[in-house]
Amino acid sequence: MIYGLVASALVALGLYGLVTQSALLRKVLAFNLLGGGVFLLFGVVARRGGDAVPEALVITGLVVAFAATALALVLVLRLFQITGAATIAEDETPR
Amino acid sequence: MEATPGGALLVLMLVIPVTGLLIAFAQGGRAPERIALWLAPLGLAMAAVLLAGVLHAKAPVIAFVGGWAPPLGLALRADGLAAAMLMTTAVIIAAIILFARADYMTPPGLPEARAPLAFWCFLLALWAALNAAFLGGDLFNLFVALEMLTFGALALACLDGRATQFKAELRYLLFALIGSVLYLLGTALLYGAYGTLDILLLSRAARADAPTIVAASLMTVGLLGKMALFPLHLWLPAAHAGAPPAASALLSGLVVKASYVLLLRLWFWVMPAALLLAVAPILALLGAAAILFGSVVALRQARLKLLVAYSTVAQIGYLFLMFPLAAGSLAEVAERAWTGGALQAISHAFAKAAMFLAAGVIARGMGHDRIAELHGAARVAPLSVLAFGLAGLSLMGIPPSGGFTAKWLLLQAALYAGQWWWALVIVAGGLLTGGYVFRVLSTAMRAPAPDFAPAAPVDAMQERVALGLAVISVVLGLLPLAAFGLVLIGR
Repeated sequence: MIYGLVASALVALGLYGLVTQSALLRKVLAFNLLGGGVFLLFGVVARRGGDAVPEALVITGLVVAFAATALALVLVLRLFQITGAATIAEDETPR
Repeated sequence: MEATPGGALLVLMLVIPVTGLLIAFAQGGRAPERIALWLAPLGLAMAAVLLAGVLHAKAPVIAFVGGWAPPLGLALRADGLAAAMLMTTAVIIAAIILFARADYMTPPGLPEARAPLAFWCFLLALWAALNAAFLGGDLFNLFVALEMLTFGALALACLDGRATQFKAELRYLLFALIGSVLYLLGTALLYGAYGTLDILLLSRAARADAPTIVAASLMTVGLLGKMALFPLHLWLPAAHAGAPPAASALLSGLVVKASYVLLLRLWFWVMPAALLLAVAPILALLGAAAILFGSVVALRQARLKLLVAYSTVAQIGYLFLMFPLAAGSLAEVAERAWTGGALQAISHAFAKAAMFLAAGVIARGMGHDRIAELHGAARVAPLSVLAFGLAGLSLMGIPPSGGFTAKWLLLQAALYAGQWWWALVIVAGGLLTGGYVFRVLSTAMRAPAPDFAPAAPVDAMQERVALGLAVISVVLGLLPLAAFGLVLIGR
């Protein structure tokens, strides 16, 4: 029960952060918080059902989330190196 | 449900591009482009054999990975829809490989160059991910396929390394990541409720209760974000228009279709019919809004590539008109709607890939892509302007193109089902599409200024590839309607 509540809180916090934070690094962190909540939820499911499949899914999910974070950080870093910007403001229109 | 003969082919369709990718990356140098060139005909042959097999057996081809049947193991399934999408993928990837040779060959004298190595490796990765997304029979496996697809597509789109491009692609990445996390959250709830993620096993067990509804809404919103259905389209135009031509064609033509097929599997296979009936009109309403909004905004664009990208926003809308028409109608009407939706996905893939490649060639030849100053483009890149026009015919829905057959089937289904308002949207969308295609063509056909000189020579091979894809999008409409019975197999 407590794990389920924590998972929901993490998902809510992560989504809130992704939408409201403008700094890209914070968005990436918020995405990880959100992912953590989802994985915890898988854990809750595994505890209730008593089988190992959700744990296997979480391991795969962690690898995917790690790869996504690494890719996002490389892009953020490169963007900062080229332009000095750490946000993706809406007013910029691509040319 | 049992494994069928020919299942090994499904495994090969995943293993061969991945093996090619690994060898290409390990060998480096010129190996990646050679491997991609060799794999193109092999991929075409495998997709053709699979297509023939599904047509001949009139049943899906099924493989169990490692011989373990679900729920213990994972299933790969190729029904008619999957076989048709795999064939489309193989043809378009082969065309992109031919097109990209001019841009991404390692220059002579160099042992290895960064952009070509990355391009060919990620192209193979994207191909494997697309095959996995169409073949997957397990919702979690499909999540992994979608993530591979995002990473591959993103890497291809960022290849030029311009700052504005990074911003657009980062926005794409954020949308895609939120989309996949929501999808994953949905799969967690479904697993908690049913103890399996296999599509066929779920379809027998699914109930219309609260956890299922929450899971379905989360997964649907996530997939709609990845497909950029209005109003979640904000990231698409900049991300698709900013990418190099070969990447834009893949993103607009194929990558969004993987999420679409997954959405179809979720709603038409997994979810109970009562839920589908409740959701279908909402999806179609969003689709109708996308058609009208996307077409009007495309009409107002000043730049060619953004026009083509907004046209994708609009054309994605047509895919959703199929939902209320295929759900809860008489079998014959539902079949028309289903065939129309699938054919729209396929013909749009060919037409949009052709259009982005043609726009890329035109932009290079003219040195810019401002539509108002495209005078003389028909002289610089005649075949590309022709390809743009032919692809435009298919997007507008003018006979005898594939887009016409798709929209005609949807229109008929709308009238037979007594939902005439969707027919009005289809017709209005066609007229608006005609508007923006003719706007480009009429400028491109005009005579250039006397002192006009092309900015760069255009590559004849690239022009021919764009034209070839455009011709396919038109010729699809000439196939007898019975040939499209394929997409009904295993529905």
